[in-house]
Amino acid sequence: MARVVIDPITRIEGHLKIEVEVQNGKVKDAWSSSTLFRGIEIMLQGRDPRDAYLFTQRACGVCTYIHGLASIRSLDSALGAKVADNGRIIRTLIHGAQYVHDHPVHFYHLHALDWVDIVSALKADPKKTADLVAKVSPYSPGAGVNDFKAVQARLKKFVESGQLGPFANGYWGHPAYKLPPEANLMAVAHYLAALRQQARTAKLMAIFGGKNPHIQSLTYGGVTCATDLTPDRIAEFKYLWMETMNFVNDVYIPDVLAVAGFYKDWGKIGGTKNFLAYGDFPMGPKEPDSFLMPRGAIFNRNLAKVEPVDITQITEQIKHSWYEGDPKGLNPANGETIPKFDKYDTAGRYSWMKAPRYKGEPMEVGPLARVLVAYGKGVPAVKENVDAVLKKLAIPPEALFSTLGRVAARAIETKVIGEAMGTLIGQLVDNIKKGDLNICDERTWDQMPAEGMGAGLNDVPRGSLGHWINVKEKKIANYQMVVPSTWNIGPRDAADKLGPLEEALVGTPVADPKRPVEILRTVHSFDPCIACGVHVIDTENNEVYKFEVV
Amino acid sequence: MSKGKGVLERLERKGISRRDFMKYCTTLTATMGLSSAYVPKVAAALANAPRPPVIWLALAECTGCAESTLRTMYPWIDELVLDIISLDYHETIMAPSGEAAEKSLHDSITKNAGKFILVVDGAIPTAANGNFGTVAGKTMIEVAKEVAPKAMATICIGTCASYGGLPAAAPNPSQAKSVSEITGLKTVNIPGCPPNPINFVGTVVNFLLFGKLPSLDDKGRPLFAYGQLIHDQCPRRSHFDSDEFVTNFNSEEARKGFCLYKMGCKGPETYNNCPIVRWNDATSWPVQAGHPCIGCSEPNFWDKFTPFFKSS
Repeated sequence: MARVVIDPITRIEGHLKIEVEVQNGKVKDAWSSSTLFRGIEIMLQGRDPRDAYLFTQRACGVCTYIHGLASIRSLDSALGAKVADNGRIIRTLIHGAQYVHDHPVHFYHLHALDWVDIVSALKADPKKTADLVAKVSPYSPGAGVNDFKAVQARLKKFVESGQLGPFANGYWGHPAYKLPPEANLMAVAHYLAALRQQARTAKLMAIFGGKNPHIQSLTYGGVTCATDLTPDRIAEFKYLWMETMNFVNDVYIPDVLAVAGFYKDWGKIGGTKNFLAYGDFPMGPKEPDSFLMPRGAIFNRNLAKVEPVDITQITEQIKHSWYEGDPKGLNPANGETIPKFDKYDTAGRYSWMKAPRYKGEPMEVGPLARVLVAYGKGVPAVKENVDAVLKKLAIPPEALFSTLGRVAARAIETKVIGEAMGTLIGQLVDNIKKGDLNICDERTWDQMPAEGMGAGLNDVPRGSLGHWINVKEKKIANYQMVVPSTWNIGPRDAADKLGPLEEALVGTPVADPKRPVEILRTVHSFDPCIACGVHVIDTENNEVYKFEVV
Repeated sequence: MSKGKGVLERLERKGISRRDFMKYCTTLTATMGLSSAYVPKVAAALANAPRPPVIWLALAECTGCAESTLRTMYPWIDELVLDIISLDYHETIMAPSGEAAEKSLHDSITKNAGKFILVVDGAIPTAANGNFGTVAGKTMIEVAKEVAPKAMATICIGTCASYGGLPAAAPNPSQAKSVSEITGLKTVNIPGCPPNPINFVGTVVNFLLFGKLPSLDDKGRPLFAYGQLIHDQCPRRSHFDSDEFVTNFNSEEARKGFCLYKMGCKGPETYNNCPIVRWNDATSWPVQAGHPCIGCSEPNFWDKFTPFFKSS
């Protein structure tokens, strides 16, 4: 039996180490360890609650904005801010922009190299590549024979320079790569095209957010971008959104389906059992009823029974984490953890992440959880797209519980959420037409209540994200975050039950332990984002208090 | 100019016209505060071969600085990585993981000792002997001390690597420090949370063009980008001078684009070029989005400038 340690895991946000035990060519056991601690919540104690969104947004620059959104929603809830309808729409549009930016970047730039052999693309026939693309996506841009010739020539020149930069020491030629050279060349061309598209798509967030990464236009009850509610700004947004959706529909989705077609065996690898989604995308003022992606929990893959979510049933457990305190952990509302590093020990403590559990169970969060909850609840746009993908790939619904299912779900929700942005743009135009230019709570800070407790529940690209805030005398008395990657990537719990990623890795084939590309496929399918997963909550205040779920 | 001809041929083969290429050279040249006579020289500098090796270390960071760099448009990121520099180590985009990734790092720093440019994002945690942050089993202190002295120059991208930034905000739970505090080396600092990619790319191009790093202020910041106060370049400055202020984000004054000083704007104390170059292909910048500047390119801004929404 061989122990394999992969540190650092690259093509993720943050610092992650994976250790696996391999027996007979398969992973038998796995440990996920996050290796950085910053302590953002400690910094927030005693600060102005309005500053929290700026601090917490820096939890992560890949999933930029979303902690800012979670934070400002928790403040709205704590102080009873009145959310202006335009505020709701613009916040949700920026959120949508983050999805249509982030998911394609994940597929092409963080995940694709696990499936695509760049070197093999050198052997492709550009004509056959053009034929392939014409078949999988008739409207794909830049897909002529000459386009692929140019990409191939550029790649050849790059390889011949001998300076392979970020592509040096890749697992090229590994037997787990299954794409024919033409599909590899198509993917390389789109890897490059997506690099440019993401810079253009990021402009969507800057229009109403001031800049990207780390937008700067939030305030309690809405947004600050008063001078951007103009026809030229909305038109700029709309046309960039259409450009992005063309890329999603004509390049991203067809590529996911084409690549998946060669890796159908990954529909049986990397699955988990339980799924949790807080839900998000308020399409109207009433939350959570108006959510495009609904709230719910699924146990033991039972899609027929999507349960309501009770956040008092969440615990954060620390038996295997570098923190002091009750190993069984407590609800985030009254946590009591203190960082205490001793040593890396897979039999003992091995991660800076805690192990969140819902009703005592590990829960997968993220695109697959959201899509399964929506599918189980029969949300038409989701059901239609999931069924179309299953039909196209000729795979059964059970194949969704897998590494492949996670990749497909990410693409499906990009389309569903992206398309809903059109409705939101229409709502914004209608409001302005009616003369409604309100963007946030009309009260000044002096007029706002000085105390309150609140929670902001969100579903962001990597999964369910909760921020909890307690405001006293206009200052932060306590602040906590329970973030998606902690749910997915966290370690074993008090009962030694594996975290979702650890569970998903068990059974993953490993052809060559020195070149563990198969392990990376499953790790990357969760889109780990580690920086925000590592944090600590109030060390002094053990007070038990109740949070109302917004 | 023979080198410049080479890059133009390469670009033309990719469908990029000479005009497009000269456009981004012009943009970069303008950002760097150089006269237009330098445009052809910038073009030539970008055509260097072999491509200069760059190692990028990600320490206690949020990856926002790497994401920001991905947003560069003049040149695009694929041009920067494939045609201009050789990005030999960057955990967020590189193909290999684990031992193979470590090999990429060690191969490059050995082969290119004294010749590579080191870029660092993120601060360095020092609590628990540095064990609050490790990569490949080594503390970030060890990694920085091993790699930085071998570099020709170290560029800190973002306020965290430059001055400690967010992790170092009070009470600095991980006892985070800047790269120069840990290594004792003088670094070129491109602060911002994150910085505008045009300032980072401008610095790299300056280096390729003149063979040396740009002129710096006393905080290690390139003067071409950080030479002037936001306040002195702000399009809302006339409102400040006329006593026209926003005092409520949901107001007629806010809709008229009045000055945000009374909402806590830190433009009068912050050196950066945001009002001129703006963000994301000049789409906007925070003050244009009706929000006060938070002074993110100044050392210690998370403590010195907070609460952000109180005017100083």
